[in-house]
Formats: sequence, structure tokens, C-alpha cells
Amino acid sequence: MPYVQWYALRWRSRCTVAKELMYGNAACGEAAIRAGCQCYFGYPITPQNELTEYMAAHLSRRKGCAFVQAESEVAAINMVYGASVAGARVMTSSSSPGISLKQEGISYLAACQLPAVIVNMSRGGPGLGSIAAAQSDYFQATRGGGHGDYRTIVLAPSSVQELADLTHRAFDLADKYLMPVIILGDGMLGQMMEPVEFHHEAPDVLPVRERALRGAKGRPSRIIKTFTSKPAELEEINWSLHRRYQLIKKTETSFETYRTDDAELVIVSFGIAARIAKGAINTARASGLKIGLLRPITLWPFPSEALETLAQRVNQFLVFEMNMGQMLEDVQLALCGKGEIAFYGRPGGVIPTPSEILRVASRLYYQKGLRIEKR
Amino acid sequence: MRKVFTRPRSLKKVAFHYCPGCGHSIVHRLLAEVFDEMDLQDKAIGIPPPGCSVFAYHYLDVDMAESAHGRGAAVATGIKRACPEAIVFTYQGDGDLAAIGTAETIHAANRGENFTAIFINNAVYGMTGGQMAPTTLLSQKTTTSPFGREAAIEGYPIRMSEILALVKGSVYIERTAVNSPANIRKTKKAIKKAFQTQIDGLGFSLVEILSPCPTNWKMEPVEAWQWIDKVMSKEFPLGVIKDTTGRKDAD
Repeated sequence: MPYVQWYALRWRSRCTVAKELMYGNAACGEAAIRAGCQCYFGYPITPQNELTEYMAAHLSRRKGCAFVQAESEVAAINMVYGASVAGARVMTSSSSPGISLKQEGISYLAACQLPAVIVNMSRGGPGLGSIAAAQSDYFQATRGGGHGDYRTIVLAPSSVQELADLTHRAFDLADKYLMPVIILGDGMLGQMMEPVEFHHEAPDVLPVRERALRGAKGRPSRIIKTFTSKPAELEEINWSLHRRYQLIKKTETSFETYRTDDAELVIVSFGIAARIAKGAINTARASGLKIGLLRPITLWPFPSEALETLAQRVNQFLVFEMNMGQMLEDVQLALCGKGEIAFYGRPGGVIPTPSEILRVASRLYYQKGLRIEKR
Repeated sequence: MRKVFTRPRSLKKVAFHYCPGCGHSIVHRLLAEVFDEMDLQDKAIGIPPPGCSVFAYHYLDVDMAESAHGRGAAVATGIKRACPEAIVFTYQGDGDLAAIGTAETIHAANRGENFTAIFINNAVYGMTGGQMAPTTLLSQKTTTSPFGREAAIEGYPIRMSEILALVKGSVYIERTAVNSPANIRKTKKAIKKAFQTQIDGLGFSLVEILSPCPTNWKMEPVEAWQWIDKVMSKEFPLGVIKDTTGRKDAD
């Protein structure tokens, strides 16, 4: 039998809709293939290796597809750039230090308006950091990350099922807006197993890219580039990107609210941290503390309006992240002083338990004298 | 009357911006001639990374995509893997291919990626104003080796073609120059052979071209041509460095 990791074997047939128990990393790979991902370029780094291995098992010998284990993350992202130039649906994945290396290529993808999906199963930083799950790449992901004035759409799943669904959505968004889309997961999401159901089949016909280069047969030759000696020309490119970003803010912002209808305190949290917060909220509710959750699904565009709307009724917010307070700044910007914001963070790859969040949230709840539900 | 000389179809009707005596314009023209003669204009995809030749897309009338500095071989890999029917080539300088892009180049060659690299070696960083390149010769003065390159401090000029010949995936590597009509003809022949290697699906091909940069060498164009013969080609000997195109199994 050829060397195939056992979790790759768990995948049976792409025709079934039955639930499979899968690693997040493998589910992400399977969802990508079902979304029509034709090319994958990667480089080993923990905790995302199962994704690269899944793609090696399922894409490298598939007709019309390509898998290359590159010599570096820098090379991998530039292979992504090349495949995107040629019009392929393409993906790469890495974890925090590797994503730093990919920033050059992401900037070029954004500049040249090329679609691609980049998965970051982030880990503790800075530096080599740790291989445990962390959320310390929020700034990097939501502020562009590389040089120049650009944004990437950032999707933050909080379960294996959502990771699979958002992977599919990421390819569609990348094609729709011709830009790189980042899936910001973390080591925990990538390496935990959950039942997952794939709702999508691979599209028969992939979106046609009007600008793809495949040789100038029957048409004038084309150039994909940004470099120009005329600053005014580049300014126009920046404006056109900006207009697209404004449109994305209007149409693609998504978030989840959980028990916020009567909440006195709202926890703002994303990804796996939001999952932990949910556990804390359920326990708190049982003892009458009216705590809710706002979970941004798109980190960029950030659901500022949803927060503003909540702030009309709720005065107390608790931002909880597995970092030192990065999304916190977006919450502060969104609320503009309209509510009180507390912060709790665990950086470096430490994963707090629901009871720890419960302790922090309920202490804040009592300190602020918020109303307790009579039961 | 028979027309014996004309502008190649694959060359746009735009004046080159290159300095007087620069080798880029000669190589551009050779590429265009080769595209015409081999009927590649509608199949070719070129990758000009940063350097003086980033503007190659203004002159060569084929599909072109800019790449980041040094990443030409990786971008070419991506394009060729996604679109194997295209004829893919990179057009890279020595700073690009032999310094910042060394890893990408060696590994693309080692994987036997089926594309063609046109490697312009002019022993300096041209576009940024004549800094020391990895290929700068010993005792050669540049803006960042103002006392002349000294092995003990600045290291030795690197021979990329010879290094690339050692990896199994490379199939055809030749070093030529564009400093005389005879050498220009040999260069064209080498470029043709490199593209033929790719068309035949044999693997990685590269043509290293010693190219004059009179501006940064602080020489007259004629002097620069002579310098390639007298000095540069002593460090970088011309000729076929590797050719396993005739053999099915690479050495």
C-alpha cells in the first residue's frame, strides 16, 4: 500500500453526505478539493502538516491538478501566484512563522488582483514561538500583513464544520473579488477531530478568469503587473482596490450572535476562543448571569455595525482573545467609547478553559452590578 | 525584392528604454526572433522579475506576469504546473537568480521543472545603480565594493550555471555572451535549443548570457564588449555546461 496517512484514508467518497469524523486540517483540504482547488503548494510547519499531507494524498496524482512541496513558504506562495496567474483555483497553507514569510507573495497577489486561498493554522508567537494554538496573528491578517495599502478577506472558523464551509466560501470570495482570502484558524482547530459534513460538490465549471494568462492565442498579449514608474497610475490602482474593499465591507461582513437578545454583558471573541467562551456562557446562564456572545466570522471586514447596534442596549463588553489584545482595537474603534470594554487574553499558545472565562466574566458581571435573572 | 531584415512579430513597436550598449535589448530581440521562428508567440508566458528588465513586458508581445524579486522560478513553476501546455520562461538578472532567488532556482531545476530560464549576467545590480552582485568579479569596483571586490571580505563571484549543472533535474545549460555578432548568433542558437528542450518536455533549461552594462561598469560600450572577452569570460567561461537532451536518463 502506498504511504498514505491514516486520516487521509478516513475520507471515503466525495459523493456521500454522511458525517465523517475528521481532523480540521483534513476537512479543510477535502473542502478545498470539493471547491475545485486544482493546485496546492505548501511547506511543512506544525500545526498544519495534516493539511499539506491530505493535499499530497488527494491532489498530487489527480488529473489536471498539481501539488508541490516547495523549498520554502516564500517559494510556495509564489507558486500560488503563478498558478493564479494561469487561472487555477489555488491554495496554500502554513502556520504563523510561515505566514510571515508568505506576506511578500500575498502583497503581490493583492496588488495584481489575483485570487488565492491562504490558510493560517496559527500558533504562539512572536518568533519561533510555540506550536500550540494562539490567535496572535490577528493584526497581521486583518491589516494586510505585507507591504503596501491592501486588505485581505479574513475568515475565522470556530469548528471543523465551519472550517470546511468557510474553505468553500473562501474560494468563491477570492474569485468574486479577485483577491487573496485568508482563513485564520489555529493549531487547535487544525488538529482536533469533529464530525463534518460536506454540503458542496466540486463545481463542473470553474469561474472563468478574464485576465488569466495561458498564452495569447487568438487575442492580444496581456500583462499582469503592478510596477509602474508613474505614481499617479499606482494611485489609481490603490483607489480601485479601495472601492472594492468598501463594497466587501457592505456585502460580505458576517458574524454570529449567541444569546445576546437579553444580554447584560457581551463577550466578543473569535475562532476557537469564541467556542471556549460559549461554554462559559452556557454555565453562566444556568446561574442567571445574562451573558451573550458576538463572534465575528469575517475578521476583515470587521462587524463594526453589529457591535454598534448591540451597544445601543448593552453597556458592558468583554473582549476575550488568545493574544494580548489585538481584535480589542477593532472593538474599541467600532464602539467609539459607547460602551465599557474589558479585556482578557492568554497569549503564547495557552488555551484557557471555559471555567477560567466563566470566572473572569462573572467577576466582571458582579463588579459592575449587572442584573441577575431571577429563577 | 526579398526582405532580409524586419522587426520580429513578437516584438512590440516600442523604443527600448535601455542604456546605450546594454545587452538587454539584444537579448529581447533574440527572444522575439526565436518566438517567431518557433511559432511560440501565442503559447509563451514570460516572467520578468525586478531589475532593469522588469519592463520586458513593454517590449515582448507575449503574455507576461511580473514576479517578486528572485521568485521567478517559483512563479514559473506555478504557471507551468497549472498550464502545462504553455511555454514558460523567466528572464532574470544575476542579483535575482544568483542571490535572492538562489533557493527557488536550484529547487526548480532539481525538480526538473519544465521551463526555460534566461539568465542575464552583467556582474552588477543594474537597476538599483550598480551595486555589487554575487557575480561581481574579484577586484571589480561597484558602489558597494568601492575598493574592488576582495575575496576575504566580499567573497567570490558565484557560478550559478555550474552549480545548476550539478542537480539532476537540469537538462540543458549553456553560457553565451552578446558582445559580438558571432556570440549573438550563438546566443540565439542556445535560446532556441533551450525552448526546444522545454517543448520536448525534457526538464529545466537555462541560458546564461554575459551581457554588457556600460553605464554601471563606467565604460564605453565598445570597451564593455571587450571587457566581456578579456575579463568576464575568464571567470565565466562560455560554452555548453550541461546537455543531457539526447539522453533519456539524466546523469
